[in-house]
Amino acid sequence: MTTALLERPITPTAQPQPAIELEAKAATKQLVIINWSGDLDKVWPVLILSSTAAASGLAVKVFITYWGLLPFVKEDRRIVGHNWMQKMLAFMQRPGISHVKLTKMNFFGMGPWMMGKLAKQNNVASPRELLDAALALGVEFVPCQMTMDMFGLTRDDMIEGLGEPAGAATAIEMMTNAQSSLFI
Amino acid sequence: MTVLLTADELVDARGLSCPMPIVKTATLVRTLASGKVIEVLATDPGSVKDFEAWSRSTGNELIESTQEESVYRFLIRKI
Repeated sequence: MTTALLERPITPTAQPQPAIELEAKAATKQLVIINWSGDLDKVWPVLILSSTAAASGLAVKVFITYWGLLPFVKEDRRIVGHNWMQKMLAFMQRPGISHVKLTKMNFFGMGPWMMGKLAKQNNVASPRELLDAALALGVEFVPCQMTMDMFGLTRDDMIEGLGEPAGAATAIEMMTNAQSSLFI
Repeated sequence: MTVLLTADELVDARGLSCPMPIVKTATLVRTLASGKVIEVLATDPGSVKDFEAWSRSTGNELIESTQEESVYRFLIRKI
């Protein structure tokens, strides 16, 4: 410590945080994933990594935005949105975790069907099972308010157990506070 | 002298793929008191490295990691 520092007057506002609080913060590592895609081959790794990270004791937050919102819409919602454009979008990409498509080799649903079949043969957990596990392990899914509005999605369209909708500034704060952040 | 450890709980993850052996184990471990011993059975070859990594991440002790034919057996003590 330099003498200059020692000579500085100690103001009450400069009080350090209690040691216990600091320790607790340092003990829990954080992982943040931005789930931008609604595609099966992207949502799957997001769910695998988030549930495993939570299982490994990390505090995990997943910011769900853009197409990435659609897998988190309730399964029974076929058409969502208020105007014809939003409804048309939902018609072209059916919302819900069981209706996600592949980024490549989709072949009008043949690809995901075969992928599901192969996963079952190899006893790979389905996105549905992984989502349930992630929620049970305390993964916090934060929906993006702006894209929810754009797609005409209401809080009631979304599955139970999601966090409060938030915006870009929240996502930035989440990412900069975390030890690791991924955009998938 | 060898002391035989008996597990308090069993996780049968045979046939399950990554990450379910870890997810199932972690879900159970959360509900247990510190010091409890869990026996995990798995057939996923990747689980050998995964349980080592999980033990380092969480601090739970991996007491034993063995293999009998195609079944991997892990003994874990909750910290």
